Formats: sequence, C-alpha cells, structure tokens
Amino acid sequence: MTATVWVPCDAAAVSVGADAVADALAAAGATVRRNGSRGMLWLEPLVEVETGAGRVGFATVTPGQAGDLLAGELHDTGQDLGVVDEHPWLARQHRVSFARVGVIEPTDLAAYRAHGGLAGLERALTLTAEEVVREVTDSGLRGRGGAGFPAGIKWETVRTAQADVKFVCCNADEGDSGTFADRMLIEGDPFTLIEGMAIAAVAVGATEGFVYLRSEYPHAIRTLRRAIDIAYAHGLLGGSVLGSGHRFDLDVRVGAGAYICGEETSMLDSLEGKRGEVRAKPPIPALRGLFGKPTVVNNVLTLAAAPMVLADGGAAYAALGTGRSRGTQVFQLGGNVAHGGIVEADFGISLRELVEDFGGGTASGRPVKAVQVGGPLGAYLPPERFDLPMDYEAFAEAGAMVGHGGIVVFDESMDAGAMARFAMEFCAKESCGKCTPCRVGSTRGVEVIDRIRAGTQRESNLVLLEDLCATMAKGSLCAMGGLTPMPVRSALEHWPEDFGVPSPVPSAPLLPPAAFSGDPRNPHSTPEAFSGAAGGSRVEEHDDSATSTDGGARP
Amino acid sequence: MRAIAEQLARARGPLMPILHEVVATHGYVHDDDIPVLADVLNLSRADVLGVVSFYHDFRRTPPAAHRVSLCRAEACQARGAEATYAAAADRWAGSTEVEVGEVFCLGNCALGPAGTLDGALHARLTPDRLDELTQGWHR
Repeated sequence: MTATVWVPCDAAAVSVGADAVADALAAAGATVRRNGSRGMLWLEPLVEVETGAGRVGFATVTPGQAGDLLAGELHDTGQDLGVVDEHPWLARQHRVSFARVGVIEPTDLAAYRAHGGLAGLERALTLTAEEVVREVTDSGLRGRGGAGFPAGIKWETVRTAQADVKFVCCNADEGDSGTFADRMLIEGDPFTLIEGMAIAAVAVGATEGFVYLRSEYPHAIRTLRRAIDIAYAHGLLGGSVLGSGHRFDLDVRVGAGAYICGEETSMLDSLEGKRGEVRAKPPIPALRGLFGKPTVVNNVLTLAAAPMVLADGGAAYAALGTGRSRGTQVFQLGGNVAHGGIVEADFGISLRELVEDFGGGTASGRPVKAVQVGGPLGAYLPPERFDLPMDYEAFAEAGAMVGHGGIVVFDESMDAGAMARFAMEFCAKESCGKCTPCRVGSTRGVEVIDRIRAGTQRESNLVLLEDLCATMAKGSLCAMGGLTPMPVRSALEHWPEDFGVPSPVPSAPLLPPAAFSGDPRNPHSTPEAFSGAAGGSRVEEHDDSATSTDGGARP
Repeated sequence: MRAIAEQLARARGPLMPILHEVVATHGYVHDDDIPVLADVLNLSRADVLGVVSFYHDFRRTPPAAHRVSLCRAEACQARGAEATYAAAADRWAGSTEVEVGEVFCLGNCALGPAGTLDGALHARLTPDRLDELTQGWHR
C-alpha cells in the first residue's frame, strides 16, 4: 500500500526545502499531497503521514530522509510530532479563520466544501442584503488590517449608496514586516477569501471585485489565480453566483513594490493605474472609492471572517473575544523568536502568552529586549508591558496598537536607537510624497536622531524630535507619516540609553488621542462620522485594509 | 511592446498590468516604451513616466544575470539581516554579473533573514548560507 503524505506548498515551507522533500517522497513511492502550512513555521518542512489514528507529523524533514520516513524509521525520534491536530501548540489555539489552512489542499473545492466551506455564502443568498450586513454588524467584526473599523458600518455605507456600479476590493498588500497571515491564508485556503468577497458583494450590491496582492508574494498570486479560475468553473463567481442571479467578477491585481499602496486610498489609485498616492478623506472610499464609485475596501482576514460570521450567525462570532474586540485575531510571531508562526486566538490573550508560551522566547536564546506589535508603525514594548491583553482599546490606551496582529521579537542585541532611526528612514524611503510632514519630516527625523545619538546639542535636539513627531502624528495625510512617530517615541521612552540619553525621557503619550479616535486628517484613522463607533488607528491596512502599509500597516 | 499594451488595454486601470507584463517579457521598461504606452492608453508621456518611476518593480535598466534580493525589514533585522546584506553588498560590489538589492518584507518573518536568489525564496540566510547557495556564480 502506498503511503499518503502531506507536504506544505506554503512559501515559508518552500523556502526551507519543502519542494525538494515532496519530490524525494514522490520518487520514493509515496502519494504526495500539498497542503498549506499549519503555521508551526520553525518545524517546516513539516511532513504529515496519513495513519489510522490521524495525520502524524514529522518536523524539519530533509530530502535525504524520505526513505527513512516512509519506512517508519523516524517514529519516536525527536522529529516525530505525533498526531498534528493534537499537537499542544495547535490544540491551544482557536482556529476560526485558519480552520482549513494546512488541513486541505488549497485549491480543492470539494475538500473546501466538505470542511464547511460555502455554508456562509449559501446562507447569505437566502437573506436580504440588509440582513447580511446586519449579521456582520452584529458580529462586531472589525477591520483586521490594523485600523479596526467596524466592517458592518462600512458595508452598510456602501449598501445604501446609490451608484451604477460598486466594487469590493481586498487589500492584500501585506507589506508590514512581521505580518504574513494574509499570505498564508491565500496560499493555504484561498476559497475562504473568495467566498468572503462574494458575500460582501451580495451584501452591498457590488458586481466587480479586485484583490490587490503584492508582487513579493508570487506563490500567493499563483494560488489565488488558480482558485479564481476554479471558482468561475464551478459557478461561484461570474454571471450568477451559485445560481442566485447575482453577478460578481473577481480579478487579481499585482502591486509593484510600493509599501504605501497598503494604505487603502493609495491602493485604489494604484488599482486605477496611477501613482500610489494617498487621497485626502473625505470623501471616504465607501462612497467614492475605486474609479469614484462606492467601494468596500477590507483586509484579507476581514473578508475571510465573513463566511464564518454568515454560516454560524453574527452572535456566535460576537461571543468570542473581549470588550469591543470581538472574535479571533490571527497573531503572527516573527523576528527573533524560537517558535515563530501563526497563533489564532480570541482577543484578550496577553502579549506574554503569545511571546513566551507560544513563542518560547528568542531564537538566539538570549533574553527578550523588546517586541514590536502591529508592524513597522507599531510601538516597541519591553517585557514589563507583556501583561497587556490583545485588545484594540487596551493597546491604544497604552500608546501602542494591535494593528494586524504581527509581533516581532528582538533579543538584547537590539539597538532601539537604530530601530527608531530605521523607522524614520523607511518612512522617508516609502513616503508617497504627497504631504509635507511625512515626506520632509521623516528625512529630518533621521538627521535629528543621528544628532541625538552623536551627542550634538542633545537636549535641544530631543525637544526638536518630539516636536517633529507631534507634527507628523497630527499633520500627516495618512497613517504612514501619522504613525511613524509611534516606534520612535516608544523606543526613546523605554530605552533612552540607546540614544545616548542617560536619564529617562519624560514620558509623553505616544500618540495624541486624536489619532485613535478618528482624526480626519489621518486616513488610517476612522472617518470622523464614524468616530463614535470605532477606534481605528492604522492604515487600514491600516484601514483594515492592509497589513502594512501594506498595510497600511505601514501606513 | 505595443502588442502587449493593446492586448491588455481594455481592462479597467490597465497601466499596471501592462507594465508588469512588459517587465516579465523584456526584463525592464525601456525609455522608448513610454511614448508607445502613452499612445495606446491615450495618456501623456508624463503620466506614464510618473507611474513607472513611482514603483520599485518597474525597473528602467536590464537586469544582471543573477539577482540577490535581501529583506532588510524589522523582523529580518532581528535575526541578523544587516550582516547578511553587508556581506552580499561587499562580495558583489562592482559586479556586472550579480546585482544585490534590498526588499522590505517577503512574508517569511519567522524564518529570517529572508531573501530571494534569482527569484526563489530562501530562509535563514546567514552570510555562510548565502555563500553556499551561490557557489558557481561569478564573483
């Protein structure tokens, strides 16, 4: 009997040799199936062997071990993980958005359906548009790109807008360092995103959709394009979605290496074939978005949550989480971390549980000095702050942000002054140039930090840096310039010695409260009209839209 | 060139897909391509040049035979990316065969330093590992 083995096709697994392992196993006579990654990235290539008891995993398999693996000689070695579904690192998580990732073949529509796929869309097609939006509103789902804006309110705005054509755009420009959940979902379970976009389209009356996917993700581009072709062939997309009479056409558009295109309005300009420059808001994209038409712009994980919300009802989703942060968040552990990967958990989990229990500390074995949460525009936090619960409001109060859920770990060799300088340098490099605080402020920021670190008129330059940060935070058009001060100020607050500053710097709020409550000048923040309902911070990626500027994340 | 543009011109917002196709086919965007694109899409040459110059991917010069692209973003910096980048920049300084570039995030943040070698994604790229993987390349 031929053994059936599963070898991940996820880009991270491929980067450590999964393709060669798959080839070797096939050559040794196994039936090889390709799944997404389970998200235990430090164990890749993680090969699973089908047994009567379930799929048994083997960690860090090399091509040379193919024969041994199939002969059972790796059993009970250090590489033997037992039944993967029961692995403690996975069993302690709450996989909702990532329920199928790593389990099924990514473009196997029959397996997708067998694992609960399409139930949400099928139910949505039995409801009125208003009822679909109400489910999403009731679920408490907030934009996963970083800003945390309530998805239901955005959808309702688009639904009630009058126009000849409306769009659904997915911000998959996941450019923030330390974020990779969008990529892994698209590579591991692309139909969830397609189904979520179809639900959004039905809910708001949109007939066309685009996924703006970054060029740095070639594996994801290939998988998503294949999945879209299959979705068309099975009537999930096209002239009549699942025979409902709703038209919805979906296309993938590839970014071109500009971080700022994760900010939702520059993403829209890029989709239109223009330079990716940020637009002033208002008008908000929900009313005048792509080609001036009402447009839903949501992040991958926001749209990917919609199928579950519709399948099980908004109340079931709202039952998860804490405070005004409902549902689950897909956390990403990266950087200098021993056990890096995907941890999906209900909101409310503490930073310590994520970094220490799941992450296992640093990869280098040295003490943790800092983590940066929420991407390059997020705050650097020392271990003393690790009891913070992952909750949009709790983080905002602490002068930090949850963002897209990316957590980058640094050991004690990190130079916080250098990281602050890098934040400014990166902003200077990737600024779209439209507004002065971001374009010029970031360059001046690099110079001022250099002077502080060199000890040149340090006291007055510290005052100047704070003044510059305040100007950028309050005066920038979008979250890129608006949030670059967050990593800078937090680094200076917690590690003044890395700037050559002997005594603690008097602590100032990391960001003015306005940045979290809908400052209309900050595109990543919540539109003013909605400020009572949301406490967004970042770019949709920040707008829920992307993860980085990619999100906006960066911006 | 003109054929690529005409084939894709009817899509919504066709300029980006066309430029990607030009780079995929010819390796870069030649100066002479710009007026052709402007003509096909009924844009000004300034509009086309503005877009080409905004995005990192739309390179204006032919690529070298081998391309090393290394992530220098935060998560990879936390795992030593700067040392790898410095070693690569030093090793291939002045090379016409190998070009070393930087990229900010390849989505492989748990296994850094990440990078691509001739387009293929790699993980844990220490300077030694980079040497190993590029044996046989001209210096």
